[in-house]
Amino acid sequence: MRLTLRVWRQRNAADEGAMSTYQVDGISPDMSFLEMLDTLNERLILEGEDPIAFDHDCREGICGACSLVINGDAHGPERTTTCQLHMRSFRDGDVIDVEPWRAAAFPVVKDLVVDRSAFDRIIQAGGYITAPTGAAPEAHATPVPKPDADRAFEHAECIGCGACVAACPNGAAMLFTSAKVNHLNVLPQGAPERGTRVLDMVERMDAEGFGGCTLAGECATVCPKGIPLSSITDMNREWLRATAKGARR
Amino acid sequence: MWDSTVGKKAVMAASGLIMLLYLVAHMIGNLKVFFGPGEFNAYGHWIRTVGEPFMHYGWTLWIIRVVLVAAVVAHATAAYQLSRRDIRARPAKYVHKKRGSDYATRTMRWGGVILGLFIVWHILDLTTGHVHTGGFQEGRPYQNVVDSFSTWYGNVIYIVAMLALGLHIRHGFWSAAQTLGAGGRARDRFLKAAANLLALLLTAGFVAVPVGVMTGVVS
Repeated sequence: MRLTLRVWRQRNAADEGAMSTYQVDGISPDMSFLEMLDTLNERLILEGEDPIAFDHDCREGICGACSLVINGDAHGPERTTTCQLHMRSFRDGDVIDVEPWRAAAFPVVKDLVVDRSAFDRIIQAGGYITAPTGAAPEAHATPVPKPDADRAFEHAECIGCGACVAACPNGAAMLFTSAKVNHLNVLPQGAPERGTRVLDMVERMDAEGFGGCTLAGECATVCPKGIPLSSITDMNREWLRATAKGARR
Repeated sequence: MWDSTVGKKAVMAASGLIMLLYLVAHMIGNLKVFFGPGEFNAYGHWIRTVGEPFMHYGWTLWIIRVVLVAAVVAHATAAYQLSRRDIRARPAKYVHKKRGSDYATRTMRWGGVILGLFIVWHILDLTTGHVHTGGFQEGRPYQNVVDSFSTWYGNVIYIVAMLALGLHIRHGFWSAAQTLGAGGRARDRFLKAAANLLALLLTAGFVAVPVGVMTGVVS
């Protein structure tokens, strides 16, 4: 396959940045999108150019490190992570635009790499259980009804990649935050901190400069893990419940 | 409540629902215009006498007006502040543009501005009579309505605003349910259908009046 790539190049956070055009040849349809970028980078290194910086780690769709807005879609045209997106989703001769996640809370570090530590700070605000749990407990010690376990797991699937923020017209982190809140709030282990968790995490989310939710639904459309839009509704309910109860540390 | 994006959105949802409730009553009242000047004018008088003798003449109407003004102010202020925040949160646009959400969702902000301006016009036209054409007559709402919709611009302003209203309700009602935590997977289809039905009924009900005047059914 022969492709034309238009890639966002930005030397550092202070640099203005612009799209640069590259021709790539000899691409196999079985390559992942990241392998295609590796191929281009190998050539750029040989030519003495600065390779394109992009985030990646496990390359099997479970770590949440890879990002990239491809032709306007977070993680590209398939509902998966960029590392699991294969070149067979494109056609020979295609022009592909590759851009970083765009949000005020996710500043560009270099090229396609953005700083997503705002997500870490939301987790630090309440995305955990305070009680020391030690080793894995005996499975029957705390019974969890099957529907609750399923709901918790559905939300626990969130890998924190930030595609929801990238796709949101308001740069909101509602889907991420709601997945993390609901994951713990539906389980008995998360119940004692149910109220403070949602209030603290939403407060942190606002403080990080993310936008608000207008229920455009773009986040759930791009989410590689299929976190549903109703997750946000559930978090709103948790937040209103906690506020009505006056849950505060 | 007001300090959080989630809380501010809840205020917006609640104030929107108050206005929606009023609109349903307002539309039903409007339709009395099709039963002649006697019934319509009597209805206009009745609104002022509701609650008598407990309430003095006009008190109930003024209470409704105060609640509505509070709802409009809360709704618009929250919308303005949240919109400012949303725009700041996404300073850089994507080079590769994509048409995302549906028309109703994308037009919520400007549609809201249009509705705000329309409310001002509407009150100056049919409540105070300042911009009314054909000599505004206090206590004769039937004649005032006919006069208003006898001008082309009166019809255009009104019908455009009602179409904007329909779109606003289509996304707004469903959104309000999600914001107040009342939605969910099981109820989603029902809520979407209810939003569409409300939007359609209100738009049709309101637009029926200028159409009635234009076609001579109301004269």
